[in-house]
Amino acid sequence: MEKIAVKVDDLTVAYNYKPVLWDIDLKIPEGVLMAIVGPNGAGKSTLVKAILGILKPIAGSVSIFDKPYDTQRKHVAYVPQKGSVDWDFPTTALDVVMMGTYGSLGWIKRPGANEKKRALEALEKVGMLSFKSRQISQLSGGQQQRIFLARALVQDASIYFMDEPFQGVDATTEVAIINILKELRKANKTVVVVHHDLQTVPEYFDWVTFLNVKKIATGPVKDIFNDDNLTKTYGINYKVSIQK
Amino acid sequence: MDILEYSRLVFSDYTLRTITLGTAVLGGVTGMLGSFAVLRKQSLLGDAISHAALPGIALAFLITGSKDTNVLLIGALLSGLIGTFWIRGITTKTHLKSDTALGLVLSVFFGFGMLLLTFIQKQPNANQAGLDKYLFGQAATLVESDVWLMSVVTGLCLLVLLLFWKEFKILLFDKDYAHTLGFNTKFIDVLITSFIVLAIVLGLQTVGVVLMSAMLLAPAAAARQWTNSLGVMVLLAAILGASAGVFGTAISSTQNNLSTGPVIVLVASVFVLFSFIFSPKRGLLFRQIRLIKNRNDLEFQKTLTFMYHIVEDHEDVFHPHAIKILNNFQGYSRKGLRQLISKNYVTVNGEMWNLTPEGVEAATNMYNQNLKDD
Amino acid sequence: MTSAQIEIQLIASLVAVACAIPGTFLVLRKMAMISDAISHSILPGIVVGFFITQDLNSPLLILLAALTGVLTVVLVEKIQQTKLVKEDTAIGLVFPALFSIGVIMIAKYANDVHLDIDAVLLGELAFTPFDRLFYNGTDLGPKSLWVIGTILLVTLALLFAFYKELKMSTFDAGLATSLGFSPAIIHYGLMSVASITTVGAFDAVGAILVVALMIAPAAAAYLLTTNLTKMIVLACFFGVFSAIAGYWFANYLDASIAGSIATMLGLVFLVVYLFAPSKGLIAVLYRERQQRIEVSLITFILHLKNHNETRERHVNHLNEHINWQKVRSKTVLNLAVKNNFVTIDNNIVSLTEKGNEFTTKAINYIVTNEDAQIEDMKKDFFLFRG
Repeated sequence: MEKIAVKVDDLTVAYNYKPVLWDIDLKIPEGVLMAIVGPNGAGKSTLVKAILGILKPIAGSVSIFDKPYDTQRKHVAYVPQKGSVDWDFPTTALDVVMMGTYGSLGWIKRPGANEKKRALEALEKVGMLSFKSRQISQLSGGQQQRIFLARALVQDASIYFMDEPFQGVDATTEVAIINILKELRKANKTVVVVHHDLQTVPEYFDWVTFLNVKKIATGPVKDIFNDDNLTKTYGINYKVSIQK
Repeated sequence: MDILEYSRLVFSDYTLRTITLGTAVLGGVTGMLGSFAVLRKQSLLGDAISHAALPGIALAFLITGSKDTNVLLIGALLSGLIGTFWIRGITTKTHLKSDTALGLVLSVFFGFGMLLLTFIQKQPNANQAGLDKYLFGQAATLVESDVWLMSVVTGLCLLVLLLFWKEFKILLFDKDYAHTLGFNTKFIDVLITSFIVLAIVLGLQTVGVVLMSAMLLAPAAAARQWTNSLGVMVLLAAILGASAGVFGTAISSTQNNLSTGPVIVLVASVFVLFSFIFSPKRGLLFRQIRLIKNRNDLEFQKTLTFMYHIVEDHEDVFHPHAIKILNNFQGYSRKGLRQLISKNYVTVNGEMWNLTPEGVEAATNMYNQNLKDD
Repeated sequence: MTSAQIEIQLIASLVAVACAIPGTFLVLRKMAMISDAISHSILPGIVVGFFITQDLNSPLLILLAALTGVLTVVLVEKIQQTKLVKEDTAIGLVFPALFSIGVIMIAKYANDVHLDIDAVLLGELAFTPFDRLFYNGTDLGPKSLWVIGTILLVTLALLFAFYKELKMSTFDAGLATSLGFSPAIIHYGLMSVASITTVGAFDAVGAILVVALMIAPAAAAYLLTTNLTKMIVLACFFGVFSAIAGYWFANYLDASIAGSIATMLGLVFLVVYLFAPSKGLIAVLYRERQQRIEVSLITFILHLKNHNETRERHVNHLNEHINWQKVRSKTVLNLAVKNNFVTIDNNIVSLTEKGNEFTTKAINYIVTNEDAQIEDMKKDFFLFRG
């Protein structure tokens, strides 16, 4: 049987005691490229944040490779939404990417030459090496997104969580992200992406989770990405032309 | 005493040396920590904390009857912390917004403090004089032990800053991400906030409760304009803060009747104004100059293109034309023409002009460039 | 009571009402700290005005100083527009600078100006009855009373005339704009009223305590009602109550009246903050506790509906998988049993018919994002609440 990378049990999350995610059970096999889709307010980002422990769930547990998440942080990398930080912060692109190494360094220890080398490699992978000394506010939205991606790559994790990486990016960045995703899958990494563009799901991903407060369905795109599940998730009679 | 005499005495006179050293250290530490307050978008929290410290000073005096700085500052620290926690309590447990919570705690605590101060003043046989220096600050009352206390706290702060530099940076930039990397963000949070509160309390004697917040903000806001690196920003803010402290104290000690707080704040505000205007990258002046230059460049290009359009239909592109025709073109100016001549794109003979080979080349290049961009 | 005492209380009450009205809107529009900025930065305006008019109650001085207040708002907004610093930093930079200029001016020309630092911070409410207005030798009462009375009348007139516009632009700026009310005019109108009131009240209660009179009553009223008219009335009441109680407390202590009024305002707010029926701290904490248990309960029975396997429905599963501590699991389980949602047989929990019905409805509401309905459902289904 295939290895389970992420296992979520009975996860329930509430904001101000208003439930936003109910009793989610989820198994994500190792090596899949999974999209989480659902309407606005379905709790997609919340699910990722709860799995990563940024939000405290009122019930449920998360395990990574069969061990509690807290002990497995080093296997997990995170690409937050671009809009979640202040890009006018006084720092450079390289510096942000270096932050990806902080986790493995632990408290107090400073990043050295080795960390810098890793950060430069990651910048090269996302095609941003020539921007390494650029102040981050002077980067375009797509470039900022690629910096975040590079920061996660530096973590050299087994599982990647990405929150809306395709939101508002230019074509170059979209291609760069897709190439990275392919590369990650080739290396048998697990990637979970919060995604809002249904049209591109079959093209980019091989696994999908439909979410609308409850989990509607999860499985291989070719099996479950159909009008029935889309309608269940989005409420109205939903039809997309799916190119298979 | 004038400024010259003051600067001569700084090195020889014990009291002056103590005061100058004290304000320099204070300005350094508040500038440093202020950078964090500004980047955390907690600029106004400092204002609330410093005002909230006033009743603590008065109560500490009422209870202990002592005017020892350390005793009073412990009172200030406690009531500043109570104010901070109440602000947090109001914003987390009710729907009132943070600005209301800040303004409320600030004004009510300050009012209570003033009530106590006026009450103390009316007390018979109390050696109460001098408590009102905490309103606007009086650097002249600094003694050696005060400076020692400031230096110890600054040293401690510097040590923590160096040790946890990377943790501070990542918390400021992306708290959620720091959390996923396994850092205890709450601990770092408390560490930064505690030092900010401590720095505010230390400054009360010199700058006073009313204006202390500016000591935190102004050096950091000025420093931010000159650099895009957090490290340089913190260092620069410390230097600017120290300079504001030293200059402000020097100016106010040479005048009668002047509290140090307002003068220091004014010096720091001048730094901010200067930085806003003259910083090369972000400053308003250079921003305006760049804007004008871009507009001039554009007009220059437009004029050349216009001329090229006139001549390109002609067999001989170097054929002279009358300057008069150019008047039909809106972007044309004498200055623009002179610029073209000086670049050797155009030559003028009497009332006629013609393009030079360089001019034609530049115009065609520009034309192709524009096509590519579209 | 002497007539001076009555006059002081009257002036203090009028100041309180005049501050509470713009204060309510500042609190609602999340601009409370702007009042802090205005109250500080009018100081240089007052000092310059005083050089010109030599009278703290002169209308010209009030207008000049109020202009400084509006200028501060404009300056803060201009700095925010440059994007050189964050928004709140802009406020924090402007008012200390202007206030410092004012303080230094007073200190430098102390002999020429009958203003001292104490008056700047605390006002001189106790002395207001001595500066009287005479017309043809007739005593018309304290000047401050006339000044603040006029300001209050203008404020009230504006409030009645533009109540609808103010209300709409405060709660729904988009709608207000689409109906043709310029948000800019209302914004600067409010700023002008706040500035004029601050200057008028400055004489009586000083720079920083004006802020207390603007914010504290409005904040307390905010916790008691959601109706704008009621909120204004309550804020005025709290202001007047604190003004009068503060006066007598100061009388008793022989200390600053303004400081005492601010202290009373703080106490009034503290009491409301703790005990307000639905938005107070105690009510909120109680409700949070109840909701925590009820959300847990619903989570639990939803889980039962989702899973038929006995392993998932075993009592111990609550601790192991749902990740709750013993006490919490027990509370939730007891509540479920008491409400007839579940039966426990041999440590295996099963939904009852009622539990099943509740769960089906709840899921429906949750998925269609109408979870407000669950609150109503609780009324129908719950015999005992958390």
